[in-house]
Amino acid sequence: MAPNTPLTGAQVCEPLLYRVATVVQVEEENYRTKTFTTDLVLPGARPGQFAMVWLPGVNEKPLSLMDRAPVRFTVAAVGPFTRAMHDLRPGDHIWVRGPFGNGYVLRGTRAVLVAGGYGVAPMYFLAQEALAQGLEVTVVVGARTRADLLFLTRFRTLGVNLVLTTDDGSYGRRGLVTDALDELLQGEYNRGARVYACGPEPMLEAIQSLCTRLGIPAQLSWDRVMRCAMGLCGKCERNGWLVCRDGPVEIIS
Amino acid sequence: MKPQTPDLGVTFCGVTFSHPVVLASGILGTSAALMARVAAAGAAAVTSKSASPGPRPGHPNPSVLKWGPGFINAVGLENPGMDAELSILRETKRLLTEQGGGVRLIASIFAETVEGFARVAERLSQAAPDFIEVNISCPNVAHELGRPFASTPEDAAAVTRAVKSATDLPIIVKLSPNVTDIAEIAQAVEEAGADAIAAINTVAGMVIDVRAARPVLANREGGLSGPAIKPIAVRAIYEIYRAVSVPILGIGGVTTGEDAAELMMAGATLVGVGSAAYWYGPEVLGRIRDELAAFLADAGYTRAADIIGLAHAAGEGGHG
Repeated sequence: MAPNTPLTGAQVCEPLLYRVATVVQVEEENYRTKTFTTDLVLPGARPGQFAMVWLPGVNEKPLSLMDRAPVRFTVAAVGPFTRAMHDLRPGDHIWVRGPFGNGYVLRGTRAVLVAGGYGVAPMYFLAQEALAQGLEVTVVVGARTRADLLFLTRFRTLGVNLVLTTDDGSYGRRGLVTDALDELLQGEYNRGARVYACGPEPMLEAIQSLCTRLGIPAQLSWDRVMRCAMGLCGKCERNGWLVCRDGPVEIIS
Repeated sequence: MKPQTPDLGVTFCGVTFSHPVVLASGILGTSAALMARVAAAGAAAVTSKSASPGPRPGHPNPSVLKWGPGFINAVGLENPGMDAELSILRETKRLLTEQGGGVRLIASIFAETVEGFARVAERLSQAAPDFIEVNISCPNVAHELGRPFASTPEDAAAVTRAVKSATDLPIIVKLSPNVTDIAEIAQAVEEAGADAIAAINTVAGMVIDVRAARPVLANREGGLSGPAIKPIAVRAIYEIYRAVSVPILGIGGVTTGEDAAELMMAGATLVGVGSAAYWYGPEVLGRIRDELAAFLADAGYTRAADIIGLAHAAGEGGHG
């Protein structure tokens, strides 16, 4: 853009205030996790992007998109905001702004998706897109124990290769997702492979060092508390990086 | 005739700046790495987020929202407290020195009492920033703390005197536009020893979501920033410039180099940029610096310093 070209009126006045969405379906995923389907459609939204969800009188939090048409969120009841989400019934309203941030970018021929805990939501969104692009898709889902494993039926229905791990060995392979991933990426398998991950920070750090060691490109989604979600307040800063604007997905090639 | 490259350097309280465009407080000033990034991307100075004696959690969300031609926020002065802030400032200073671009560091402070302002100023001066910015004008903590110190000449002067006696660094007192006569407040802080004035802080406002039938901010009211407030800033700077002789750090709605020139012509020596990062990212300051240079060259000015207060010459006489 030429210097001193002012922003257009549309750019300046672009409203980012909320769209009101109606909850149309609530599904129980496990003992403390529910998936909320809304009537809102965000056609341009990408797997890995997030929205800010406001429950008036409660709070506003960033939630990963689990789907875009219609928009769905998967939420564990772990605090006042998420418990209030769990009280929602079909017909109730939520206020949504977004989508924000940069999502995953599918590359290569073989997609290895790693989901730790609640990281399953964006991975489910991404798996659908990867399958639609004709990629070979493997999903590694890990949790502490069997009761915490999420989306097994959803992933099985999609028809991806599924690898399951629990820390205590109560279901699937015993150990961490990174151990399963390390084994998976040995030998022939890593040719054309790209790793996409979402989950707790120690898991992401372990995947980052593993992929660096094996020379496999990885895309990792970092989680931070957010305020503005627009790259202004600096609340979500991570090593000089704005998770809301530069991320949340970091592409390491 | 081909326009020559203008000299962008300005002097503010005797301190040289490579150009007039600086990072305003409250935006991207939360960490050393982030401030270093903004500096590397072309800021002449960076301002840290206002720090108070103890940590403050700030207000719950929603706390920052886009709204039509601007933004509304009520973050509520979230900060880790002056002890943690001292480490952030030391690290920032180290990174800025390492970069070697001569980028200045402005440490912004806030407190709930006059005495608290003095304590934070004294503590943060240990990091040897170039300036202390005294934020007496945040509109978003009134429910908690009553009206801001910037609301009356007496309160504003009391804080200024307390900070001035607590530090040897030059102090910039940041004023509120939410007053009847900002020039009167500016005179009071100048007389109380302020080395410079920053204006304006955000403009008090409220946005109601009619479908939720309630204010969108958790704090209900907040401060407006962005293009919506630029004319308010220009007028405030113009009034202050007529009333005092200390230099002005002008802030409010700048998104282009010509906007920066406008605030300078009203009387600003330095121009703060914040909300414009929404459109252009943290690299916006370098962009606005380049645009200011292009404007000056195009309009035939050889020095940025020559346009400070220039709009006053068109009407009645300014100072100086």
